[in-house]
Amino acid sequence: MPRLLPYLLLLPATAFLCLFFLFPFVQVAHDSVMRNGAYTLENFTRMAGHWKFSTAFWNTMLLAAVVVPIQLAMALTMASIVTKLQRGRSTILYIFAIPLGISDLAAGLVWLAIFEQSGFLNSLLVGLGVIDQPILLLGYQNTWIIFIAIVLAEVWRATAIMMVILVAGMGLIPKEYREAADVFGASRWQKFRRVTLPMLRPSLQTALILRVILAFEVFAVVVALGGTQLPVLMSETYHWQFAMQERGVAAAFAMVILGVSVAFTILILRLLHVPKGARV
Amino acid sequence: MSAPSVRRAGDRVFVAGVALLILWVLLPIWLLFVNALSAPAEVTAFPKRFIPSFDLASLSFFFGFSGVLDALWNSVRVAAVTMILSIGVGAPAGYALSRFDFPGKEAFRFLVVMTRAFPLPLLALPLAVMFIRTGLDDTILGLALVHTTLALPFAVLITYSLFSGIPLELEEAAWTLGCNRVQAFIKVILPLAAPGIAASAVFAFVISWNEVFAAAVLTVENRTLTAFLLQSLDVSPLPLKFAGGAALVLPALFFIFAVRKYLFAMWGIANR
Repeated sequence: MPRLLPYLLLLPATAFLCLFFLFPFVQVAHDSVMRNGAYTLENFTRMAGHWKFSTAFWNTMLLAAVVVPIQLAMALTMASIVTKLQRGRSTILYIFAIPLGISDLAAGLVWLAIFEQSGFLNSLLVGLGVIDQPILLLGYQNTWIIFIAIVLAEVWRATAIMMVILVAGMGLIPKEYREAADVFGASRWQKFRRVTLPMLRPSLQTALILRVILAFEVFAVVVALGGTQLPVLMSETYHWQFAMQERGVAAAFAMVILGVSVAFTILILRLLHVPKGARV
Repeated sequence: MSAPSVRRAGDRVFVAGVALLILWVLLPIWLLFVNALSAPAEVTAFPKRFIPSFDLASLSFFFGFSGVLDALWNSVRVAAVTMILSIGVGAPAGYALSRFDFPGKEAFRFLVVMTRAFPLPLLALPLAVMFIRTGLDDTILGLALVHTTLALPFAVLITYSLFSGIPLELEEAAWTLGCNRVQAFIKVILPLAAPGIAASAVFAFVISWNEVFAAAVLTVENRTLTAFLLQSLDVSPLPLKFAGGAALVLPALFFIFAVRKYLFAMWGIANR
């Protein structure tokens, strides 16, 4: 009995993950190559043939490429600040962590309040005399403003996840390393560059993987701010599944998102490889 | 705001940077609440005031809007079921990982960690069909099952770190004093782990409360608040959107405050 106990305790979780995680992913892969009861690649050709596909694909990639580096820089800054603080640390950490609990839809609505035509940005710009009239910021004429609004909303909402992981990682770095660097007269920047960053690799790896995957899943922020004017992979998936009732094509979209997610996970694992003996 | 103490008094740039970051986080939330706490006419008026008029008309319009209260209630129910399921299924696994060494342990951890490399909301697509077959479509339980898949890995890893932090000796002492395994767990371990377990339950609640994609795909009649707001985005007037946004954000503020001590146990564990 005692030898079986751990397995018994793990059984519900394992069964749950098999049924609701592994199996559905096999199912969605299956659905993507299935049409009218026959195996075919038609779902993929229909997906790729649709004029919105490449726009949605590149919008998603571009968003991730712009958002993730900004977030990495900000998260590193915030984590360094929190680590350095002696008083007020928990208050500031709480404030920095607030967006962690905010849904992507709510974040989209928050930034809609700023960017809509009668919103706060226009009020500010008119108040400052930059423009005379409120302008339509989130219109189809200037999708680049929509893009910037989405970037801001994403950076605002999802930097906290990276920050918390990095703060935890910085806490694991033994003080002795920085003290040794002090002895050798290292500047703050040198300490950050030569001690903190290399020691932080495992946390950076985790933070980046989580963030990049989430960046490919960007959905509600985009819909809240841009409607259908700036298609991304997830919004197209939703559109095909819900509005078009084309489950096969939606599954094909899902496979694309899954594919880039797994590819980037492997890439990040390779780039930030941590040798077994080098962990703290 | 109380000025944070810094090592060197002359470090004004540091303080300014911290202040700027705090403003960056809080100002957008403030602006949303300004809108939610102003009358509908003020929300659509121009230019905007940056201080709310504390008129509750927008909020009462929102709560009186057909379907909102149902959606709110659905959100709460789905999140509650998610909370119970993810702790009920996840905590035993976390306990097993912390207390036993056994073949297959690494494989299980790999399975849990692997969930992070997958875009989980996509699970809603195949599950939509499975749920129709099993009669779970458009139900609270069906959506809660998907949300549990999102929350379970966290529940496992958090409880794992919690139980790991409680010395095995305490349990052993209880055994020598005549407790059996279950009694020792209930009398000794559970009281110590309870706050952390509560925090991870709250976290599971938040994950479910905030989830949009799966909720929008899987519910039709029994929409959650996020699904309701998303699907009425292109038809609903601005005051409704902002009041809805505020209704989504407000609980999150309290939840994150409640679990703030445990944020590291939740995310820091990811490193090991």
